Amino acid sequence: MVLKIFFPQCCNKADSGLLVGRWIPGQNSAVVLAVIHYPFIPGQVKQYIQQVESSGVDLTVLGSWSMPKEGQEGMESFLRDLSTIFPQGQWLQLSREMGKIGFRCHVLTRDQSKSPSDKVIFIHYEQRKVMLSQLHPIENGVPDPQTESQLPQVFGTVCQSEPLFFLDKYDDSPVKLTHWQSEGREGSIIVELMKQASTPVCLLTTWILTLWTSLCSSRILNVRPMRFISSKLSTCVQLSYRTEHLQTVSSPTRATTHNHFMRKANIFVSFFVDVSLGLLLVSWMYRENRIGKLANTLVPAADHIAKELEELLQWLMGAPAGLKMNRALDQVLGRFFLYHIHLWISYIHLMSPFVEMILWYVGLSACLGLTFALSLLSDITALLTFHIYCFYVYGARLYCMTVYGLSSLWRLFRGKKWNVLRQRVDSCSYDLDQLFIGTLLFTILLFLLPTTALYYLVFTLLRLVVVMFQGVVHLSVDFINSFPLFSMGLRLFRSYRLAEGVKFRVLCEEPGTPLHLMMDINPLKVSRVVQTYRTPTYSCYPKDSWLALCKKLFLGELIYPWRYKTTKID
Amino acid sequence: MQNGDQHYSMEDETYTDIDGKAISLECQSHSGFCREFTVSSAKVSIGRVMVYTCAVWLSAYIVFFITENTAVLSSAIIITLVGMMVHIHFVKVDHETLLIIGSLGVQVSSSYASGRESTDFIEMDKIKDIVINEAIHMQTVIYYLCILLKDPSDPEAVSSVVPLFQSSKPRLNCLVKVYKSCQEILAKC
Repeated sequence: MVLKIFFPQCCNKADSGLLVGRWIPGQNSAVVLAVIHYPFIPGQVKQYIQQVESSGVDLTVLGSWSMPKEGQEGMESFLRDLSTIFPQGQWLQLSREMGKIGFRCHVLTRDQSKSPSDKVIFIHYEQRKVMLSQLHPIENGVPDPQTESQLPQVFGTVCQSEPLFFLDKYDDSPVKLTHWQSEGREGSIIVELMKQASTPVCLLTTWILTLWTSLCSSRILNVRPMRFISSKLSTCVQLSYRTEHLQTVSSPTRATTHNHFMRKANIFVSFFVDVSLGLLLVSWMYRENRIGKLANTLVPAADHIAKELEELLQWLMGAPAGLKMNRALDQVLGRFFLYHIHLWISYIHLMSPFVEMILWYVGLSACLGLTFALSLLSDITALLTFHIYCFYVYGARLYCMTVYGLSSLWRLFRGKKWNVLRQRVDSCSYDLDQLFIGTLLFTILLFLLPTTALYYLVFTLLRLVVVMFQGVVHLSVDFINSFPLFSMGLRLFRSYRLAEGVKFRVLCEEPGTPLHLMMDINPLKVSRVVQTYRTPTYSCYPKDSWLALCKKLFLGELIYPWRYKTTKID
Repeated sequence: MQNGDQHYSMEDETYTDIDGKAISLECQSHSGFCREFTVSSAKVSIGRVMVYTCAVWLSAYIVFFITENTAVLSSAIIITLVGMMVHIHFVKVDHETLLIIGSLGVQVSSSYASGRESTDFIEMDKIKDIVINEAIHMQTVIYYLCILLKDPSDPEAVSSVVPLFQSSKPRLNCLVKVYKSCQEILAKC
């Protein structure tokens, strides 16, 4: 089998010394993690390796690295003797000459047989990028090292060796290493400051949140009617949802897995963007008293809607679209709905002096985020069009009763009956007076059907318009809640951190040297980033398919087309 | 041959794709167990681009002549430009490459006319075999080269099929050459 050696690019120009790394079981490959320079004392090297192994890194001496410079004669024999000091199953002797690009490799096995260098592949990798990247799909739990494939093992090896890379060339230690951090440990002031500041901020946020949750779960606010109202208002739902998010983010324990870390970061960034957009909106609306102007247009808008509805009802009470209605029923229904509208308008006029003040204070809650402003918009629409909802319910119930009555009497007309026990239609012999009354009722209902159907149709269409608008608002709130902004930013600016796989490129080298490949990271596709890192939300989506919806509309059953998922799915 | 690897393109045999258009195959052998095959399709032809552009602009000018609305002309220009950019960046494949490295894996990459490259690497553990399959496409039977992937739960079963050279669609003579080379390497490692 071909021997594969993963060699870090930072060690290409390292001085001669020992190679340390790890053999990958079952794959005949070796990952070189660092080079320990000459001069060193073998006893101290063994001590150092034991020390590093005790902190959880799997490390062995792989072989020797020789890059001869001026004044280092006798190096070759020294390096050859090293294989006796560090006994291994396979000993790699890598060498490189100045001015030449290719490496050479000799492999010594325990029984001292050499293998030709044709069966060796050198795979160069950039240690920093492989160290920081995460290979997808992410395995949950600890994988079995025997069945795991090669690339995840290589990535895992480099990621686990973090303690090895803490030693840089400025440390006073008996061993001198070359690896990606040997020029000096990498760090960022902003990240360190944020780490220091995060603990007190997290504690403060947790304390505030515990106060808030205890207030919300107090006895006063948990009475049946309040719970029902708060489950219907989308602002309250959004509030509870954001509380949950903040609880996730402000937990003082550090994130252990990659998924957990990404979720916390995504929630934090999206919350931050949401609040800043909300503050922008508030500052724009409260400047030049736009909120006052908005409040002043609300009551006239409600009046206008009511006037339009009254005109619609007058049209229905006449001969709408040339259809001839049943006069008496038409007048009854029309007058009933007109009285309702009259009541509603009186109520709105009663409220009109307070509208501006209420809107001014409620509009301030948009500081909590743009999602709150949108939920408020949806709730205000729902409250202002409450009469349309009432009319829809009346019309639907009436139509539903008519349809059920008609279907039952149609069965009587044909001499059949619905058997509730057996859930099927059975034949039945009726008495003469039963048949007579049944036929009479059937005829009456049949001739009243067009009128009720028309009222039902008109109010259902109005209700559907309002529902569509609310649906659009909820979809945009859902989008803002669930879109993974941090992951998307990471994919755009540090694309090596989210890896779908690797790419290989053949490096041209001289004849007689083994094959050299360059391993680059293949970043994750944008669509998969969104799919993997979406924050699960109470997404609202259509409860029924189109066919089921049409069937419900036809029968007159009440429709609630958007369903909220109360339990989170992962 | 100063690079130490052999590089040859078949000039005595011209290859075509299933529609009859000329394509070229280039085989590069980097080492005994590493080979690279590149199939290049025809480039974007300037004649066709000019014909499409002139047709769109002529029809836009006729519509402008009738309606006297300048938005028609500017929208025609924008549509042509955006359409061309989308075509060369997402649709037109310039060449497709298959790099097979014994005991490491197979890398499949498509390079688009704008220079964008989309790459996929499949490890050798997951590959069961590379075969030539037949498919019925409308009224013809075509051959295509594909990689069979192993099912992790059942080593004898095939879990999925990855077809190769999907945009250039070479004919059987080209596929047989690639197939023979790949089988040599798969047999060695």
